[in-house]
Amino acid sequence: MQMSPSGARIESPPIDAVGVEERVARLCSRSIKKDAKLQALHLTLSMIDLTTLEGADSEGKVRQLCAKALQLHAALPDLPHVAAVCVYPALVGVAKRALDGSGINVASVATSFPAGQAPIEIKLLEVRKAIEAGADEVDMVISRGRFLAGDFAYTADEIASVKEACGDAHLKVILETGELGTLDAIRRASDLAMRSGADFIKTSTGKIKPAATMPVVLVMLEAIRDHYLRTGEKIGMKPAGGISTAKDAIRHLVMVRETLGQDWLDPDLYRFGASSLANDVLRQIVKQRSGIYQSFDDFSL
Amino acid sequence: MTDSTPATGHGAPKLRLGLRNDNDDGWGYAPAPESTDHVELRDRYGLFIDGEFTDAKGGRTFETANPATEEKIADVALASDADVDAAVAAARRAYDEVWSQLAPRERGKYVYRIARVLQERGRELAITESLDGGKPIRESRDVDIPLAAAHFFYYAGWADKLDYAFPGRGARSLGVAGQVIPWNFPLLMAAWKIAPAIAAGNTVVLKPAETTPLTALKLAEIIQDAGVPPGVVNIVTGAGETGAAVVQHEDVDKVAFTGSTEVGKLIRRALAGSGKHYTLELGGKAANLVFEDAAVDQAVEGIVNGIFFNQGHVCCAGSRLLVQESVADEVISKLKDRMETLIVGDPLDKNTDIGAINSRAQLDRIEEYLKIGEEEGAEPFQTSCPVPDRGYWCRPTLFLHAAQSHRVVQEEIFGPVLAVQTFRTVDEGIAMANNTPYGLSGGVWSDKGAKAFRVTSRIRAGVLWANTYNKFDPTAPFGGYKESGIGREGGLAGLHAYLQPEEAA
Repeated sequence: MQMSPSGARIESPPIDAVGVEERVARLCSRSIKKDAKLQALHLTLSMIDLTTLEGADSEGKVRQLCAKALQLHAALPDLPHVAAVCVYPALVGVAKRALDGSGINVASVATSFPAGQAPIEIKLLEVRKAIEAGADEVDMVISRGRFLAGDFAYTADEIASVKEACGDAHLKVILETGELGTLDAIRRASDLAMRSGADFIKTSTGKIKPAATMPVVLVMLEAIRDHYLRTGEKIGMKPAGGISTAKDAIRHLVMVRETLGQDWLDPDLYRFGASSLANDVLRQIVKQRSGIYQSFDDFSL
Repeated sequence: MTDSTPATGHGAPKLRLGLRNDNDDGWGYAPAPESTDHVELRDRYGLFIDGEFTDAKGGRTFETANPATEEKIADVALASDADVDAAVAAARRAYDEVWSQLAPRERGKYVYRIARVLQERGRELAITESLDGGKPIRESRDVDIPLAAAHFFYYAGWADKLDYAFPGRGARSLGVAGQVIPWNFPLLMAAWKIAPAIAAGNTVVLKPAETTPLTALKLAEIIQDAGVPPGVVNIVTGAGETGAAVVQHEDVDKVAFTGSTEVGKLIRRALAGSGKHYTLELGGKAANLVFEDAAVDQAVEGIVNGIFFNQGHVCCAGSRLLVQESVADEVISKLKDRMETLIVGDPLDKNTDIGAINSRAQLDRIEEYLKIGEEEGAEPFQTSCPVPDRGYWCRPTLFLHAAQSHRVVQEEIFGPVLAVQTFRTVDEGIAMANNTPYGLSGGVWSDKGAKAFRVTSRIRAGVLWANTYNKFDPTAPFGGYKESGIGREGGLAGLHAYLQPEEAA
């Protein structure tokens, strides 16, 4: 248990990093073949938040991305669609119009992504603007500086006020695990976020390395599981950053399957934040169906 | 968060975890069997005596079978007293004329060569081990075979450095070692026995277990291929009588036995006054103590590794779980969930966590204990994982609310069965851990380093793990207190067991 300067308490179980790595190694030894592999690949596609978060993002780039979301691979018409397209607030409107009626959500980062170093009023305004522009989901960053300084009450209040500003939109809380330093801190931040109103907890912005490593994700999944067992509330998980191959993604699904069970293998509760994952998954699907690997040039950007 | 205890009762949150549950229609794992195509197994195996494979005198044989299918794999020669005589004579000749005369560095080269070929043929050996003994391929591939090779590598390095291992003692070999090994880690136990013995300059006669002779016989092929001089390693197959003949042979200088406490006692009686050196590595009933300040999820993983590794056929298995009352509900509930994800089945499937029970006889013994536990009043829990129709299987099992006076707490079951008890104070936990005729191993789970050291130093067992379990390394000595045996194997201590000071030689 730690007491913050403002008096907020947070009690999280200790985490043994060596044990976590060992468990991850064992999960990685699962061998996923044939039908199970094809099913996992389809599932992965349906969980992807297709993302572009660059300073150079333009309306054209976002329309391009939305078109990809609507049609992942022309040669395979029976694929599931991705879960969402994730962009900066200024481009939410463009994405919303491009995806209208498709069932694909628009997610927007907000709260002064990625550093989060802005006054709370500005962060809340940014969230409201994103929602007004039509965002279905908001990906916020926590103020890591305040959290690391032990000011858990601030972090809790920050998440709760963003949640309030979100209204019906789903809130994903980015912990930026690469800046938190230890698995103990990651567990504590996960517990804090879930108790403060997060619908999803998310590893990273994708701007900091390391990002969604397997030990980090396992610790967050265990936090979600404990929260569910205690409250009956199902919180979602979104690893983001560093998951670029189908093999990585399947390993994540194995980890989810054996930690949280069947219910979390659903885009409503598990997402991959990724920019290049989709094409590797598509390539594997073609390989599973045809027996032949195709060139990356056969898959659209 | 103040309440870390999961909600219970009707309608409580429940995870859908079973990976191969028939009524769970979600994503599960397809079978992923390891191919056996390139593994050559003969229909018939002879004894390995004086560098050659030969039939038993009189031609007697026994069958070795696959415990996952109950199908026969091969006929194996059954060594009689006369065959054991021949093996010991070959070992004596090789000791006197070749091995004890060889420059230590040359001896080391042969041991290194065995280690390398074990690695090269690792896949074939892993598959053979899983076929003959029922252990999951994940374990034979990742644990048994690499560790067996590591033991040969480690002791090969000592072959020409014995004077440095025990400075000023003038370390000298003992002569002929008679070695009897069990069926739970067939090749690994052969490596534990043979590597330090021959690196130290002894010659050996080894008797593998009757249910799992094949990898030892493949090791004999490797030893033959490596050009090790004839007679340095002899392997005689058979059951208890053959083992007794090896142990009691008058020209054997040193006996090394791994197996049951019951047989260990017989051996110690038989050897009394004989002047033979001996080490006995026997049974265990280890306690795994989980304190309230432990990292719970990692402790649960350690409990699983402690008891379900190798179907629980492990002398140092953490077969007693002692959990502090304040976290007992949470630990047990999480343990049950974790157990639901353990896949029981085809040992050759890469996803199998728990393979086949080694033999019909061992399954009968385990099932007898399952009955006893219930009659004694402990509450059984088994997972819902489906098991194959043929073969010998036991689902991972807990006995909750077990008591110190129960036989399932006192006696070694040697199966995937964990007796669960709770304790209130640190002292009580230690007292319960020590309240056993055995003293082979134990585990302690606490996030407090000082507590881990304090507790482990008060548990009377040869091997103790803190915040981990079932970790093995050739450099670490292994062996027990009390009825768990006498002497140490592994590390320098394991080398010492095959040497004597110059003045004694």
